[in-house]
Order: sequence, then C-alpha cells, then structure tokens
Amino acid sequence: MSKRVAIIGIGTTGFRATTPDVSYRELTYEAAMKAYLDAGVQPKDIDSFVATSEDFFEGYSIADEYSPDQLGAVLRPIYTVSGDFIHSLTSAYMMILSGIGPISVAQGLSKASNMLTLSEMVTFAMDPIYNRPLKESPHAVAGLEMARFLYETGTTREQCAKVVVKNKRNALNNPYAGHSVLIDTDHVLNSEVISYPLTQMDISPHSDGAVVVVLAEEETAKTLCDKPIWIRGIGWCSDTPGLETRNWGQAIYAQMAAEMAYKMAGIRYPRKEINFAEINDEFSYKELQHLEAMRICRKGEAGPLTEIGGTEITGEFPVNPSGGCLGVGNLYELNGGHKVFEVVRQLRGEAGKNQLKNVTTGLAQSWRGIPTTTGTVVILSN
Amino acid sequence: MRRVAIVGAGLTKFYRNTQETPKELAYEATKMALDSCEMKLSDIDCVVNGTAPDAFDGVHMKGEYLSDGSGAYRKPYMRHFVGGGTGVLSPIHGWFHVASGMFDTCLVVAEEKMSSAYPHPAGAFLTIFDHTTEQPLYPTLIYIFAIEMNRFMTTHGYRKEDIALVAVKNKKNALDHPSAQIPGEVTVQDVLNSEIMAWPVNRLDISPTSDGAACIILAAEHVARRITEKPIWIDGCGWSLDTAYWCTRDLYYPDYLEVAARQAYKMAGIKEPSKEIHIAEPYDPFTYKELHHIEGLMLAPRGKSVQMLVDGHFNRDGNLPTSPSGGLLGVGNPIAAAGLMKVIELYLQLKGTAGKRQVPGNPTCGVANAWGDLMQVGTVVVLRS
Repeated sequence: MSKRVAIIGIGTTGFRATTPDVSYRELTYEAAMKAYLDAGVQPKDIDSFVATSEDFFEGYSIADEYSPDQLGAVLRPIYTVSGDFIHSLTSAYMMILSGIGPISVAQGLSKASNMLTLSEMVTFAMDPIYNRPLKESPHAVAGLEMARFLYETGTTREQCAKVVVKNKRNALNNPYAGHSVLIDTDHVLNSEVISYPLTQMDISPHSDGAVVVVLAEEETAKTLCDKPIWIRGIGWCSDTPGLETRNWGQAIYAQMAAEMAYKMAGIRYPRKEINFAEINDEFSYKELQHLEAMRICRKGEAGPLTEIGGTEITGEFPVNPSGGCLGVGNLYELNGGHKVFEVVRQLRGEAGKNQLKNVTTGLAQSWRGIPTTTGTVVILSN
Repeated sequence: MRRVAIVGAGLTKFYRNTQETPKELAYEATKMALDSCEMKLSDIDCVVNGTAPDAFDGVHMKGEYLSDGSGAYRKPYMRHFVGGGTGVLSPIHGWFHVASGMFDTCLVVAEEKMSSAYPHPAGAFLTIFDHTTEQPLYPTLIYIFAIEMNRFMTTHGYRKEDIALVAVKNKKNALDHPSAQIPGEVTVQDVLNSEIMAWPVNRLDISPTSDGAACIILAAEHVARRITEKPIWIDGCGWSLDTAYWCTRDLYYPDYLEVAARQAYKMAGIKEPSKEIHIAEPYDPFTYKELHHIEGLMLAPRGKSVQMLVDGHFNRDGNLPTSPSGGLLGVGNPIAAAGLMKVIELYLQLKGTAGKRQVPGNPTCGVANAWGDLMQVGTVVVLRS
C-alpha cells in the first residue's frame, strides 16, 4: 500500500451515564461539528462517510436511515457498518486507499441510557436454537469466562480488582469520563457477586456519547493539519459466535487482530515498540486477557504487572490512562471510538493531567462484548 | 487503484418459510460460491456480510451470529447495511477490501430470513419509522410506497395498466430462474384485478417476502486471472443516502439514485449510460420502482420509461433488457440477498452462462442498483466483462 492515512480531526460529546437533554441525533451532531472544526473541513469537503450502528441498541430497524442528516452527509456517499467503531474506521481507511477520495469520516454513537432491558436484549444475540433456550444472562457468560481465564493463567481476583481501582482513578483526571471514583481493591472484592468470580464492580457501567473522526490521505493531511496522527496498522477478526465452540480462557480474536495490525505496522516486539495502549476493559479481567492475547505480556504476566503498578500512568507500559470502559463507561459499539479518541489525544499531547511523556506510538483495541468473539486493533503514531 | 473481479457466485433457492436457520442459508450460498470457482475457504482472505434489519431474523447483532455460517471463522469479518440497498452495497464494501490493497480475495455474503418475523415481517417494519413523528400513525411500507407511486404516476401521467407490464415481464422472466419463488404467466388484467393493498398498489405490484442467501467471491486482478478465464470486473460503484426526513422530499424522482449512478459511471468512465450499458438490473420490489430506477439510472429520459416499456425496449430481447433474472417481483425479495441476486445475474449474463435467461447480443456492460431505508438509499455497481 503506497498511501499513508492520518487522523486529522476528532470530536466527542464526552461520556455521561445519562443524557436526557439531547437525542442520539444531537449527540452525533455535536461530535461531528467538533471533529470538522478540529480538522478544518466542512461536510462538502468530505468524500465519504461511515456510520456505526446496531439495530437493537438504537431501537430502530435499519437504523442506518437516520445517519446522514446530522453528519452533513445527505445525498453523499455514506453507509453503515454494524460493528465496532474501529470497523467503521477501517472502512473509512479502506475507502481512502481505494481512491474514493482523500477525506473520509467515521462516526459512532452510544445512547445506552435509552435501553430499558439491556440484559434481555443481549440475550437475543445468542444463537436462537443452541444458546438462547438456556436463558443465560450475559454476565453469567462473563463469569464463566473469567473463571476459566483465572484458572488457566493463575491470575487472582485481587489483580483484577486492581485493574478496576486503577482505571476508575485514572478517570478522575479525564474530563470526558462518566464513572470515575477513588476506591480500593477491598471495595471491588466485597461488592455484590454477580456471577462468581465476577462482582458488580468488575463490570463497566454504561455511558452515552458520540465520537466522530476525520481521516485524510497523506498530502491532504499535511496541508490541513499540524499534528496528523498516522494509522500504521489495523486489524480485525471474528472467532466463533457459538458459546459451545469457543476457547474460554484466551482471547483468540484479539490475538489475531493484533497480529494483523503488527504485521502491517512492521512491529515485532509490541511491548518495546508501542508506548501505551487503550484496551477494552468491559470487565476487569478483559484488560489482562487482552494484554496477554496481544503479546504485550506473556501468559499469566498481565496480573502481576498490574499489581506492581506497571500499567499505571507512571508505569513502564501505561494501559487505559483515560480510565477505560470501567472509568469512562461501556459504550457498546462506540467502545473503539473512545479508545481511538484517547490515543489520538495522548499522541497529540492534549491529554491534560493524564498526559504521558514522550509517547510516539499507541494502540487502541476493542471487543464487541458478550456474547461475541470479535475484536479490532488499530496502531497510531504521531 | 487495483482492478477487482467477481470470480464465483452462489445463490440459494428463495422461499417463504425455509426450514434452514439463517446461518445454514448463509452456509449454503457460501459453499455454492466456493464450489463454483473451485476455491477453498483457506483461499479466502476476508469476509464481508450484508444483511438488513436484525428484527427479521430475530437475532441481535445478526452479523456476529452469521459469521461462521458465512465462512468468517477466525478471519477479518465486517457487516454493513443500508436497509434494502444492502444487497448492492455488499459487492461495493467487498470491493474496498480488495481495491485498497489490504486483501487479495474477499467473500461477500448476503442473507435474509424474513419468515422468522411471525406472522408477517411487516410488523418489524413499523420500527423503521421515526419514533415521535411517524410511529404513532402506524404507517406501513406499502402506505409510503403508495404515496411515492401516486406522485410518480401523477407527475408523468403514467397509467396503472402500463406500469403493470413490469410485473408481467418480470414474473415471466423468472420462469427460467432456478431460485425463483413466484414466477408465472400473469396478464395486465390479473395485476389490476388483484387485491388493492393501498391504492395505487395492488397485490401483484409487490414482491413477496422471502428467505434466502447469496454469495459472490471477489479477487484482485492477478489472482482473478489464475482462477478463471473470464473474470467479470467491478468497474464502477456508487452509493448515497438522502435525508431521513422523507416527507420533505419530492418523491417523483430518485435523486439518491442519480447521485450514486453518477459516481459509479464516473468511476467506470461511462458518459452516455443509455448507449454504453447493455443490460440492467434495476431494483424492483414494486412494479413502479423498476421504472423509477430506470429513470434514476439515466437509462431512460424522465417521463419516458413507460413508453419504452410498452414498446418492448426492456424485454429480454429488447434494446436494453432490464431484470432478465425476473427481478424481485419474480425471483423473490430476501432483502439483502435479493440485491446481490441482481449482481449475480449480471455476472452470469456478462459471462454468457445464464442459460435459458441469456440475453442475445453478447452484452459486455451491465448495471445493477438497489434501494431502501425510508425511500432514501441508492447503491449502484457497474460490471464489465
């Protein structure tokens, strides 16, 4: 691939537990306006758009019909990806490489506070014949997976609790975060057990918000932007959707997506060549499991590394300096959007009190949540 | 930009109430496509899936559920949708994957199982409307399409008995299609005498609800030439969405389609579509829609498509055969799969392997389009042999 592509504009509404004052369309509008302003473009300058939505989350069938207006994309090339935000980012990236035009936009949205029966809805994602009749709650699936992960790697519940403490504390200094709090590990371990070993505090609470990202190919990016953030590697992968056929202990999807991205970016030793990561931590153990899957830690080492503070903002490999899903909130299909947004902020040096020093390469990773085994990875450099 | 070709295709039979699960339908089409060009799943680099609302199959995150049935196990896999336009967006989305240089081969799968929505998928369609301004009125798709058809007829002075010829033509064409759900010899009088659903739409003006899946395999030029002697090239693609506030638009002309078609024609280097295109598969979920789209694709001047239809211009042996497959009116309408079925028809026709459906004159350039959402999506691909 000859062309390089950069992120030249980002915009968000911030992430709050509830947003009764705005509709989902207004959320996207706000994020889009900020991103376009940040990139110095107007909708007419943009060649293609990609929206992200999943019908049941939005409460609409074919929810893509409500995508064009608030992005300024009426009668323009726009379509919807029903995946993670990073899937949409990938689509926008591929459109630029395919020669559709030099500027492309990806949008993602979460209005989770509108969902009254979230748990029942997620159950509808299970295979209707083999899995749904079991009436398992999504948290039961997470509990089983956590138990298997702890067993296979020797990770402890305390180490998982440490992830929660770290991420919620990091979120205190992030003005966009919706669930920041200062707690200790006892607080996590003593909270209500939802599905052993998973407790209430191990689960990330949901948030509302929107993210819009503007991408451009090299020449345009250099003209429009002082601090383009380059996409160096991108990867995505789906393992099996069936509960009965998957590997419960390891995140194969994250491993394969990361290897694809590393190959593209020419990265051989991720721990050395990447400075920090924003990793999906919808459940506390997921951060550790994903770190190991992506070869940032060896098997069983992510827990101890967290325990000694190696993944703190001040540690040797900071993970989720923004606060992650645990501190910012679970954003469903927007999870990847928040991760990309934070990595770009760090690489531009705009992360405020959470700013890491001398960072040049960051990784954003996402997972589509229970019951899927779909993961996405993008590696960015300044 | 790399050239991308279609090298294989598979299509299940279209049915109402199939016994297969959505996943099995996707598997069947995928297997057929792989077998058609003697490829294995290990030759496939990535998979894209197109399928419209989750409410049809009744599965949340339907793309995830369909992934292994679509051959995506441990592969890069992405689902996209634009309502009814999804079927023709699928090859476009697959095209990005290959044209961008990221992958050499891509499996494109489209699936829909509408019969899971019981008793009728029309119920699932209620939730496509705006929750505040439209849902309280309990609209159905047939109501809003009746409005559009009426506007189209009134503006151009078209008569219902002429538009009914589309159903006659397409259902007859479908007699030769092995996947067809409701082919038949019907007359204009049959269409006019069928039950009125919402005037001016009669029952035989509408395509059926169906279950089915379709699959094509895309390959970059250097790979395509090794797989087949006659690759069919995707030379142009275009897509666009008009505003969701459809009440604010003049419905007599499909602007969304003209925008998408211009994008596709520009990419394919087509300056005079009505002369350079030999065969078309315009999206025909309703009889008037085929004519509406023929005008939007600029294959007929505005207000002239009905006269051309009456003159036999669009018959299988006419100057510009449209819907030689039998279209949605004859073959059936499993939303996303129906759109891809149209692209597969062009692929077979341009390859010269459409059997009894083969149009005369060795066509070398074809166009297909699909349409959907709140009458706002246009997706267009141009294929060349």
